[in-house]
Amino acid sequence: MDIMALNIYGLSEIMGPGVAMECTEGREGMHVFEDHFLVETINPDTGEVLPPGAMGELVFTTLTKEAFPLIRYRTRDISHIITAPCRCGRTHQRMDRVTGRSDDMLIIRGVNVFPSQIEAVLVGIQGLEPHYQLIVDRVGTLDTLEVQVEVSDAFFSNADEVRVLQKIKKRINKDLKDFLGITAKIKLVEPKSLQRFEGKASRVIDKR
Amino acid sequence: MKVEQVSVFLENKQGSLEEVMRILKEANVNIRTLSLADTTDFGILRLIVNDVDTTSRVLRDNGFRVSRTTVVAVEVPDKPGGLHSILAVLARENITAEYLYAFVEKSGENAVIIFRFDDSAAALEVLRNNSFSVLSGDKLVGGQAVWFLEWGRAR
Repeated sequence: MDIMALNIYGLSEIMGPGVAMECTEGREGMHVFEDHFLVETINPDTGEVLPPGAMGELVFTTLTKEAFPLIRYRTRDISHIITAPCRCGRTHQRMDRVTGRSDDMLIIRGVNVFPSQIEAVLVGIQGLEPHYQLIVDRVGTLDTLEVQVEVSDAFFSNADEVRVLQKIKKRINKDLKDFLGITAKIKLVEPKSLQRFEGKASRVIDKR
Repeated sequence: MKVEQVSVFLENKQGSLEEVMRILKEANVNIRTLSLADTTDFGILRLIVNDVDTTSRVLRDNGFRVSRTTVVAVEVPDKPGGLHSILAVLARENITAEYLYAFVEKSGENAVIIFRFDDSAAALEVLRNNSFSVLSGDKLVGGQAVWFLEWGRAR
């Protein structure tokens, strides 16, 4: 099939897809529709506006939206702006592909999820410890999420049976699917397998 | 008579069983028999040992999830149909076993079947009423010389 795939960028807070898009001629970065949106990059820690070309958090201001305008809306998406002329002749600045996030939000197969949301699901299931680790990876073109969690001492004391442990795994899977819409592989681990964190926990290992 | 079993949660990974055995060796614990239930990512190691308290303490101290459960040890002749003779009675009396494992002291003599029942009391009564030999924990973990049979008595 003679199909050309083009990258497109958008966020639902603004309008969904269509804030920026690749041209068929250049295909090196997505032209931001600057007649509708003002784009800046900032240092996510200090808020300082960065010069074009510097890697930072994308910030958009809508110029033509009337019902729901946004002023310097922080996307938490990390990228950089390309100002060099494009071979297509358009003068709109381009943004490169988003390489990461300035917060801990994960995007698993297009679903946005925060570790705190996964934690809330785990805390709601009796028999689990609040220690967990999330392993995000990509197999082929699919994102995968593995949730490693411990069963509590009290839970295991009353249930040394495989089916009981498999039942709690199923419950975790179902709750993650029902509440967050994500599919995860659940792995029950020994208590010593998970690091104990002090202060701000880094619970995510993103291998993508 | 009921026997206490120690269960340990293990991840299905290289060296986890070795680690448990090293800890038990260092604690001078002797294992009478064991069974390992495994799934793709975790397993449950079940142990009959000579010292239940030490076993659960040292494994807990080393960061393992440990459970102590009551099981029933029944002796059967080591010959074809030995296990079936018990199961036939249990099936007839609607007693369900969660799991079981077995060991033989000496080939040709008796085998010991370790049962985990949902309802140990009911199972024990059925076994005794049918004159099966149920072993006590002390006898199970002692040397062979001091084994004796606690023949069931009809109530």
